[in-house]
Amino acid sequence: MASTIQVDIVSAEEQIFTGEAYMVYAPAIQGEIGVAPRHTPLISPLKPGEVRLDMGEGKEEFFFISGGIIEVQPHLVTVLSDTAIRAHDLNEAAALEAQKRAEEALADQQSDLDVAKAKAELAAAAAQIAAIRKIKKK
Amino acid sequence: MAVGKEIKTKIASVQNTQKITAAMEMVAASKMRKAQDQMFATRPYSERIASVVSHVASSNTEYRHPFLIGREVKRAGVIAVATDRGLCGGLNTNMFKQALNLLGELDEKGIEFEVVTFGNKAQGFFKRIGAKIVATATHLGDTPEMSQVIGPVQVLLKEFEEGNIDVIYLVGNEFVNTMTQQPKVATLVPVEPAPDENYSHHWDYIYEPDAVEVLDGLLDRYIEALVYQAIVENVACEMAARMLAMKNATDNAGAMIDELNLIYNRERQASITQEISEIVGGAAAV
Repeated sequence: MASTIQVDIVSAEEQIFTGEAYMVYAPAIQGEIGVAPRHTPLISPLKPGEVRLDMGEGKEEFFFISGGIIEVQPHLVTVLSDTAIRAHDLNEAAALEAQKRAEEALADQQSDLDVAKAKAELAAAAAQIAAIRKIKKK
Repeated sequence: MAVGKEIKTKIASVQNTQKITAAMEMVAASKMRKAQDQMFATRPYSERIASVVSHVASSNTEYRHPFLIGREVKRAGVIAVATDRGLCGGLNTNMFKQALNLLGELDEKGIEFEVVTFGNKAQGFFKRIGAKIVATATHLGDTPEMSQVIGPVQVLLKEFEEGNIDVIYLVGNEFVNTMTQQPKVATLVPVEPAPDENYSHHWDYIYEPDAVEVLDGLLDRYIEALVYQAIVENVACEMAARMLAMKNATDNAGAMIDELNLIYNRERQASITQEISEIVGGAAAV
């Protein structure tokens, strides 16, 4: 019986697949790679595409990924799949948007940072809560 | 009988409030279960990626990624994770207290800082205390998505790469169990990978195409995964805290209704007694 290799496909949001396969095909950044058991350790980014698992007896499993990273160890393949489509420009656009939101939110900001004042306010609020608790207990 | 009409109205209003808090408690309980599931679902990814990072960090590559190198701290970045909505007990307040301790320490050392906020409440709080917010994300919902996290985190990572900030902290809540949530502060960058226990052998990965590109992608994702996990964990915390707060509110409303009923009955009794004594007094006079 031919040997198999442990395959884990995970995304940040969930575990997608875990199990044994005879062969793993993945769309690495420099072209598709095939990983057989006892492959030498390798790590590479993945392009959007299809991860194909040879399950033996002619059965195959397909997983579409929108990019990610593949890590290969002699008896273990880990595919860290992206759920969000990312590209340098897209990331930058998202970053700019987040910054814009911050600017909008801060449009009517008045004073400079005053940690001491904020601490005092919090302490006052905490005291109020404590007082309310005491009153309730009576 | 017009006795205690005000008390009756008051009882009805407290009963209405109690209905609302009881409903909110149940909603929070069911959402908490979902949030907890999501929290556990994110674990395999961050565990796997953490083990890869720790392996890469302990292997002898010629290239050291800037995220792995600590440097003297002149400016700091803080990522604060809070809830979008209130009515969840002291969850946010406790987190803000912890964040203020951190900011106070930084302030004392003369370190300037900028803040990235997740959640309405964090945005509101840091805005009110006048912190410099460089990026923000709100309305994350009950099931946050990775795509909502990337943008704001990228802002700080870019600042770090450009050398504008020298350290990135993450402040959020840790889900201990349903009854306990704890605020926590963690250092995100520089990455301090846990020592790889399996690393007794001296092998290294083949990096394809090269170490620089692989590590760039890997570390970005690692940090984003940590932030994403903190956000998902915070949702679970929010639901647990709200459930508890609403349970207390429901109990308190119940106690209040009992008390009001007692007062109402006493008043009713008093008015009946008074009426009878008036009739008896009237009869005696005739």
